[in-house]
Amino acid sequence: MAARPIVEARGIHKHFGSHHVLKGVDLALAERELAFVIGPSGSGKSTLLRCLNRLEEPSSGSVVVDGVDMLDPRTDLNHARQRIGMVFQSFNLYPHMTALGNVTLALRKVAGKTREEADAVGRTALDRVGLADRAGHTPGQLSGGQQQRVAIARAIALEPRVMLFDEPTSSLDPELVGSVLGVMRDLRESGMAMVVVSHEMGFARNAADRVLFMDQGLIVEEGTPSQIFEAPAQERTRSFIGQIQKH
Amino acid sequence: MSAWDRFLEAFFNPVVMSRYLPDILKGTLLTIELAALIIVSGLALGLALALLRSFGFRPLNLLIIFVVDLFRALPPLVIIVFIYFGLPAVGLSPSGFVSTWLSLMFVLMAFSEEIYWAGITSIPKGQWEAARSTGLTYGHALMSVVLPQALRLTIPPLTNRTIAITKGTALASVVAVGEILGMASSAVSNSYNPSPLTMGAVAYLILFLPMVVFGRYLETRMAWKR
Amino acid sequence: MLETFFNLEIARSAWPIILAGLGNTVLLSLVVVPLGLTGGLGLAMLASVRKPWVRYPLMAWVDFFRAFPPLVLLIFLFAGLPFAGLELGGFACVCIAFFLNTGAYYGEILRAGIESVPSGQTEAARSTGLGRVQTMLFVVLPQAVRNVLHDLLSNTLEVVKLTALGSVVAMPELLFQARQAQSLTYNPTPIVLAAVIYFVMLWPLVRLLSRLENRALAVRV
Ligand SMILES: Nc1ncnc2c1ncn2[C@@H]1O[C@H](COP(=O)(O)OP(=O)(O)OP(=O)(O)O)[C@@H](O)[C@H]1O
Ligand SMILES: [Mg+2]
Repeated sequence: MAARPIVEARGIHKHFGSHHVLKGVDLALAERELAFVIGPSGSGKSTLLRCLNRLEEPSSGSVVVDGVDMLDPRTDLNHARQRIGMVFQSFNLYPHMTALGNVTLALRKVAGKTREEADAVGRTALDRVGLADRAGHTPGQLSGGQQQRVAIARAIALEPRVMLFDEPTSSLDPELVGSVLGVMRDLRESGMAMVVVSHEMGFARNAADRVLFMDQGLIVEEGTPSQIFEAPAQERTRSFIGQIQKH
Repeated sequence: MSAWDRFLEAFFNPVVMSRYLPDILKGTLLTIELAALIIVSGLALGLALALLRSFGFRPLNLLIIFVVDLFRALPPLVIIVFIYFGLPAVGLSPSGFVSTWLSLMFVLMAFSEEIYWAGITSIPKGQWEAARSTGLTYGHALMSVVLPQALRLTIPPLTNRTIAITKGTALASVVAVGEILGMASSAVSNSYNPSPLTMGAVAYLILFLPMVVFGRYLETRMAWKR
Repeated sequence: MLETFFNLEIARSAWPIILAGLGNTVLLSLVVVPLGLTGGLGLAMLASVRKPWVRYPLMAWVDFFRAFPPLVLLIFLFAGLPFAGLELGGFACVCIAFFLNTGAYYGEILRAGIESVPSGQTEAARSTGLGRVQTMLFVVLPQAVRNVLHDLLSNTLEVVKLTALGSVVAMPELLFQARQAQSLTYNPTPIVLAAVIYFVMLWPLVRLLSRLENRALAVRV
């Protein structure tokens, strides 16, 4: 593993009013590593991801991504965020723009590319997710799986150093899940560092380097997929895995 | 002469009508001018206030909300009367035209701010988050992602509200402006015949009926649905 | 400045006149709001007959009166009809104008409300033996009103504000009285006073409307 982690979060706490949601989470992600986060609903998985690109403001702790201190007020947050791709459960595509428009907006407005340059980059990104032929479609004309792949293209077009996935397949019909996981697998093979919150245990088994189990605002246990799924050390982990595998 | 003839004689008197047609046309032009000024300035100010409000600076927002509430609660005629008859007491004497313009501009500003704001806040949080996660600034996210969607949602309610307020240009006749109703009223008292009022009514219908029908069309075409 | 626009002495002497105007404005509102609602309800009930020969004339009627500035309608009744031998007086003219104008607006709102109630509701009610009118009254209308409550209240706000038009035909309502007092005292304080009264009276409704609007939007998202 590389010497310097690409993401290094230490001692992250997050309060929503009196609600203590993250209670001192440490997370280090190496280059090319895929960390897979599981845990019961409300355990703070989304909040943790959102603290990494500061969509959520951590109450305390430190977050360094690719050598940039995300919590330093002098950091150009918008520039830093381009190096952290994020994919949401509900896609959040811009409904008034085409697929290509979605992918190129930040390239034009933040990265300062001309329309031609942005379009070229955008088409390459759409091609990587297998949607080159859908560039001119609006989100309403695309299936859920296609929408999520456009959302992935929107993130990778900015050439991020790390990608965050928050339950990317949870709102998809079962037959569409495979296409999105396929794109994620390709990304992983290209060496992208990724943090994935998901319930797709099959994907975790054959693509994750490390599985982290979160409960009540803490990372309770972490290890290789086989360690966590076959021989969890903690009782809480065991019962959670047991519950999921019943289904 | 039958009752019907007398009715025609009174309300559709060709002699009176042809005599006062130029006046009514002049009044119509003035109404159009006044309406255009009100619409452009009122909608622009309303949007400006809504954008300011989206920055979430609390003291400023309280002020905006108060001003908006004020102009939603006051009858437009009261505002017109205040500006026209009240301001001269401190040495300002805006004309009836300007008084009406300013009054209805503020009213449209208030109502449209409310509608724009409702549109902006109705855009799901995920849109903001997606935009910010790709590094767009607050301003870019607002202008390129949120506002275009919000404006689309606001078009039908905004159209209907704009028509309702613009019809208030008839109030200008109260402060001696020679718009349609003002011209028609003075023609009636000069000619002792109500036919100019009929012409005025027709002029209003020609101006506003297409807008009302258009508003109805927009409402069914692009109702508040996503 | 305060001396000019809020002269306490003048405010005190104008108070009785203004108060009488306020009373009349309230009374007038209590007459014209139910009047408009009645007209609107009639239109909406008619519109629920889904026959083209009812529907299109009805739409035309509603759009006609929505396109017509209420003041023009009022002046037409007040200054035009006497030429046809019909001298109605200010109050009657205001009532007719409001019935026609605000009735059209209320009608359009209630129609949308009635159409927003799923037809399954009517079918269920009819299947239990309720008649046409009973179904409308006890099943459809309550849901319809709830669905368009915001628009109904918003229109009511407009109707109350519109009563200020009564001043043009010499109805002694709030604005008229304020103008009387102003021309007697050569001071704008009475008008400011009237404006303050309008604001205090209608502000709660304005606030309520903003809240309802936000709640409606929260549901839509
Ligand atoms: N903006 C917020 N304001 C208040 N409380 C919040 C907010 N966002 C999240 N929470 C609370 O924080 C806790 C953790 O939420 P989070 O979304 O991180 O959980 P999660 O592990 O992602 O759950 P899920 O699997 O359901 O997505 C929950 O109890 C939630 O109610
Ligand atoms: Mg979550």
